[in-house]
Amino acid sequence: MKIVLNNKETELPVEQITVQGLLRAMNFTFPLIVIKVNGELVKKENYDRVQLRKGDKVDAIHLISGG
Amino acid sequence: MIQDRLRNKSVGIAGCGGLGSNCAVALARCGIGRLVIVDFDAVSADNLNRQYYFLDQVGQKKVQALKDNIRRIDPQVEVSAVDRCLDPASVSEVFRDCQVIVEAFDRAEMKKMLIETVLELMPGKFVIAGSGLAGYGNNNDLRTRRIGNLFICGDEKSETSEAAPPLAPRVGVVANLQANQAVEILLDHFSRGRPERRKT
Repeated sequence: MKIVLNNKETELPVEQITVQGLLRAMNFTFPLIVIKVNGELVKKENYDRVQLRKGDKVDAIHLISGG
Repeated sequence: MIQDRLRNKSVGIAGCGGLGSNCAVALARCGIGRLVIVDFDAVSADNLNRQYYFLDQVGQKKVQALKDNIRRIDPQVEVSAVDRCLDPASVSEVFRDCQVIVEAFDRAEMKKMLIETVLELMPGKFVIAGSGLAGYGNNNDLRTRRIGNLFICGDEKSETSEAAPPLAPRVGVVANLQANQAVEILLDHFSRGRPERRKT
């Protein structure tokens, strides 16, 4: 299925995936990340519960120290 | 006048280091009505390579030093200086009356805490975060990304290291991207009686 990940159309080789699965599949191992699905914040404790659907807009924001 | 339209607006600044001190000064120069500045740290000599403090302020609390500096620029700007370390409960308390909150922390854990707290507990507010600003060069990598009420300023990749410390030029660019975004939100979203200039 296709999703929009960080504004890019991304084809996933599966029909069902959780946020947790997506992070693993994309190799997003960065420890500090904020995830929004269709504009809604998804907190870490819900990563394995939130199922992504075809066409979902996912934003993964890496937070980098420095300021 | 833009200054007149900003006089009744409040912006929260979470962290008064390189991002927060420079962003607060830019907003003060635009004539913002009120700034709520929060930090628990004191000015040290190695902050002076990028933060809006002066040599004779080393050792002072950052929030007090920044308040003094803003008063020297424009005494009409009301500055609430909060000397404390923020957690989710205090974020929603101290920034209650701010329309926009600028995330200006150093550590990524704190950035995440602030962003998630505002998005989860403070509906209707905007948060402007900084992520990725270490080193020098690569002007055009520094930009702003919007995801709903969250704006991310920076290149989203440059990590701080010995070879790439945070330096005044790039930190200042990101701090001013944050200030510019705050002004845009305040004028276009929170000013009544005026149509939105454009959609982002």
